[in-house]
Parts: sequence; structure tokens; C-alpha cells
Amino acid sequence: MPNSSLTYQNSTAAENRPSHEFSLGLRHGLPIALGYLPVSFAFGLLAVKGGLPAWVATLISLTNLTSAGQFAGTNLILAGASLLEITLTTLIINLRYLLMSLSLGQKLSPGMTLRQRCLIAFGITDETFTVASLERTAISFPYMVGLIVGPYTGWGTGTLLGGIVCTLLPDNLQNALGITLYAMFIALVLPPAKKSPAVRWVAAVAVGLSSALTWLPGLRLLSAGWRIMIATLIACLYGAYFFPRKEVE
Amino acid sequence: MARILLAVFLMALVSYLPRVTPLVFLRQKIKSPFIQSFLYYVPYAVLGAMTFPAILSATGNTVTALVGFSVALLLAFYEKGLMTVAICASLAVYLCQFFLG
Repeated sequence: MPNSSLTYQNSTAAENRPSHEFSLGLRHGLPIALGYLPVSFAFGLLAVKGGLPAWVATLISLTNLTSAGQFAGTNLILAGASLLEITLTTLIINLRYLLMSLSLGQKLSPGMTLRQRCLIAFGITDETFTVASLERTAISFPYMVGLIVGPYTGWGTGTLLGGIVCTLLPDNLQNALGITLYAMFIALVLPPAKKSPAVRWVAAVAVGLSSALTWLPGLRLLSAGWRIMIATLIACLYGAYFFPRKEVE
Repeated sequence: MARILLAVFLMALVSYLPRVTPLVFLRQKIKSPFIQSFLYYVPYAVLGAMTFPAILSATGNTVTALVGFSVALLLAFYEKGLMTVAICASLAVYLCQFFLG
């Protein structure tokens, strides 16, 4: 398999030049960091409007580093829900990270230590995962750290700013900021979908299923986390069955 | 406040566990082409499922959301950068609100 030896060489070269890998990751993470600013800003707003101090909102962002998960969890905190309900809801929404970590784990450099794995695991988000898995064949520790630093900083800073200026921002601006994260998702998925029919079909099946789970009577009981999880599972099974990859690294 | 901080800690814990478990307990490469293909498609499926239909309720108004959605689709189709797409979609929603009154 010529492919696997190529991957091996790549990862060896990568480990030899950690500073280069780090700055490459940093560059790849910059658009994610900027994209996070308005979203985390919106989160800071929501949390402080609901009655949490700005530092608690920032603490949530710096310890959770999730979009949907912490939004839902915080809403439940504000609603005075039980700890069990808060924990379970957040867990269910975050279960999709299981699939992402599983997928990302296949691409990590063979030499990565346990401690390094535990560190980068913290920074796996929908966006860092997607960028890392679409941009690299072998993912090194310095690359991943570089990739995570920017978005992590942006997520925390945006939340703090949002919390501080909470009352200053008019509603129509807040609404406009609500779409940024989704627009970024579209920018991530559409270009590869244009090039590959398999990607196109998998994404279409995922969209179709999540729509069905959202709108069809009887299925609407599922929470957002479950919808994403089920749609992802079925769309990937469909892709693996009908479009098996020939050249896999 | 103690209760809130406890909730934050629990949220952090259940955010970290799903991320770290596969990286620690599944360290060997998966050989099966089927599973490899499955995992290859995960990012695309996740992004698709997360975006639609959730995007329609992202701005508090379906019409402005549809406008932002269309702008994002168009710019992404012409392969503009992540930032460009995000900012233009947001701007489109912002401006659209004035026309709707």
C-alpha cells in the first residue's frame, strides 16, 4: 500500500518540525477563531441577560468549549432545572463528539502520547475537527495545539465581551449574529460537496433526516443532540455502504 | 452560586468525556474499509445535520434566516472563505430586518 507509507513519511516529517506544524495549525485556526467571536458573543449576551455574571459565562465557555451543548446547559441553569437534567441534556448533545474523536483518532500521528491525546481531546469542536480532518492526512500534536489555541481564545474573549456589553447591543444585531456559525458550516461543507458526489449524497441524507426528525409528527420528541446523532449515523452508514472509499489512508 | 458552579463543572465533564474516551481507549488503526469509509463521512454528515433545519430558527425570523441562508449558500458555492461567508450572511440578515420593518 503506497498510501500508508506516504502517510507515515508525512507524520515523521511533521514530528521533526514542531514549530512549523504549530504555525500551520495556528493559520488554519484563525478563521475558526474569528467565526467563533460573534457566536460566543451571542452566548455571553444570552447568559448575562438571563442573570448570570459575565465571569460565570466566560468560565462556562472556557471549560465547556461547545456551542450547542453549553447553550442548552446554560438555558437549563437559567430555567432552574435540576442538575441531573442539565447534565444529561448536555451529555446527549455532546455525544456527537464520540464519532468525531473516533474519526480523528484514526489520523493522529502514531507517536502521540497519552497526555497529548488527553490535551487535544479538550479542543475538539465541530470546526476544529472538520478542519483538521479535511486539511491533514496525519495530524501531529503541535498542529492540533496550534489549531485549538486561536478558537479557544476567540471563544472565551467573545463570551466575555458579549457578557460585558450585554445591554448595549440592539436586538436586530443579535439576530444577525445568530446565523454566523451556520454560515460557516455551509462554507465548510459546500465546496467538498461540489467536487464529490459521495459527500454530496451523505450531506443531503443527513439534512433530509434531520429535517424529518424535526418536522414529522411523532418524531419531534427527540432533542437536538439526538437528532444530529441519528442523522449522522444513518447518513454515514449510507455513505459507507453505497460509496465505500477505495483509497483509504 | 455554588449550585451554578457545580452545574458548570458537570457540563464541562460531560463535554470532555465523549471527546477523550475514543482517543484514549481506541488507539489502534481501524482496518475495516467499511468503518474507515463511515468515519470519513462523519464531518460532512455532522455539518449537514447541524445546519439544517436549525439555521431557519437562528435569527428569530424565518424570512431573514432564509435570506442569510441563501447568501451563505451562494458564497460557499463560489468557494469564498469561512469568514467572508459568515460575515456576509450576517450582514444580509441585518439589512433584511430593515426591509421587513
